[in-house]
Amino acid sequence: MGVNEKIIEKTIYFLAFSAIFILLLITIFIFKEGVPFLFNYGVLKIIFRSSWSPSDQEFGIFAMIIGSIYITLGALIVGIPLGVACAIYLCEFAHKRTRLIIKPTIELLAGIPSVVYGFMGMIVLAPIIRSFLGGSGLSILSASLVLGIMILPTIISISMDSLMALPKTYKEGSIALGATTWQTVIMVLLPAAKSGIIAGIILGLGRAIGETMAVIMIAGNSLKIPVSVLDSTRTMTAGIALEMGYAIGDHRMALFAMAVILFIFILLLNSLVTFIFQKK
Amino acid sequence: MVSLLKRGLLIAFIISIYLFITRGSKTATIIRLAGSTAFQPFAEKLADVYMDKNESAVIDVQGGGSALGIMAVNQGIVDIGMADMLQLPRVVSHLTKVVCARDGIAVIVHKDNPIENISKKQLQDIFTGKITNWQKVGVSPAPLRVISREDGSGTRKSFDQIVLKKNKLTINAMYQDSNGTIREAVKSDENAIGYISIGFINSSVKTVDIDGINATNENVKNGKYTLARPIYLILKKDIGQDARQFIDFLLSNEAQTIISKNGLIPVK
Repeated sequence: MGVNEKIIEKTIYFLAFSAIFILLLITIFIFKEGVPFLFNYGVLKIIFRSSWSPSDQEFGIFAMIIGSIYITLGALIVGIPLGVACAIYLCEFAHKRTRLIIKPTIELLAGIPSVVYGFMGMIVLAPIIRSFLGGSGLSILSASLVLGIMILPTIISISMDSLMALPKTYKEGSIALGATTWQTVIMVLLPAAKSGIIAGIILGLGRAIGETMAVIMIAGNSLKIPVSVLDSTRTMTAGIALEMGYAIGDHRMALFAMAVILFIFILLLNSLVTFIFQKK
Repeated sequence: MVSLLKRGLLIAFIISIYLFITRGSKTATIIRLAGSTAFQPFAEKLADVYMDKNESAVIDVQGGGSALGIMAVNQGIVDIGMADMLQLPRVVSHLTKVVCARDGIAVIVHKDNPIENISKKQLQDIFTGKITNWQKVGVSPAPLRVISREDGSGTRKSFDQIVLKKNKLTINAMYQDSNGTIREAVKSDENAIGYISIGFINSSVKTVDIDGINATNENVKNGKYTLARPIYLILKKDIGQDARQFIDFLLSNEAQTIISKNGLIPVK
């Protein structure tokens, strides 16, 4: 019995660390491939130049960094209000039967492959935006809308979990003091569930910045620095995925260098968000 | 009883996986091909036909793009590298190359676009960004949207060499990563212009004549339509007899007929 338990304990211990181990391997591999090029070509030259033309040995990714930032921001602007509002409604206002229908439907959204989202965006959303707002339709706006919907399930389920996990006494106490349900939600429940909701937003942000297939299909992949939400743009992930299949030599190393920058970028963004909200 | 059944199922499952894994490991030498995604479906199809005829042959076809095909054959990882570009890079100049098919590139626009013909100079001006409005080429005024392929694509390289010459693609260009997605993008945008392999054309988009010449396989074959590129098979240094036989098959009448039936231009 004792021996058995020890073995199981050790196995689980090992499994828990395997995730970290794999992350470490990925990190080492990307940095090994990308960092030498980053320094040979010049970090600043790569980050702050916007002319990307591998066949002419030009590897500036500024336009793609901007593209990633705009599309991720756009997705969050669409996704956060919708997601948090939906979670509040489902937890505090919805009838139990409504919740039983809506919650699984939202979770179903998470199971749709991103290529399907991309295809829908390309065939349905882009022509609508083109005819009503102009531009090519394959734009930051359409990519943001689609990504905003894609990150909804993440934000909603994690926000719901943290709202549900609050002790019942919070709500009861607030109502007993004469607050309306709405006041209770805004002043008591949301602040109390803040850390969970932010965790959901961070996960959603990770999904938005890392999404590749859907973005390739709906953002148009232009290399110009976008000046309006109707402009087409290319994100870093799209840039890597579009060209990795063909890239050899310097071009391939440049794509890995871009992955290194993306990696650092996501790390910074995550710590920034965590830092800001923990301080308050 | 139930657990016995479960155990039986588990054993059957494991055995079937074992059989599945060991099934392919025949002792015959494997002929490996890799490279051009434009020719990959054809190579797969022809490999199937060849393997049906020769029981002992095993042919493994992979994509990866022309650049990968060139790199892999240069390092001897594959027996035959496939590449669809006008000029092969110098690194493979010491290897034997065979042209096994040709592929035309058609310029496409939306179905409702009235344009019928365009000159090569106009095409160059459009793709370099000198012309940004459809009015300049005789169509009602509307912004012109250029859709190109990603850097590294064989189609892009050939198009740039034939149409753009030494000039650069316009900064306003949008990019798609395959013939199919370019066709979808042009199909849904009245003001778009793009280019795809002739084999990918269907009724959802409209092809534009270049200098009055229709983009058809016939016109590529007789040399009138110049927007075309060869598909190269690059042979490994010490290539085996089996692989040579397969190449002979690819150049045979039977294989060339299959190639032409499926939309590429045969060399014979």
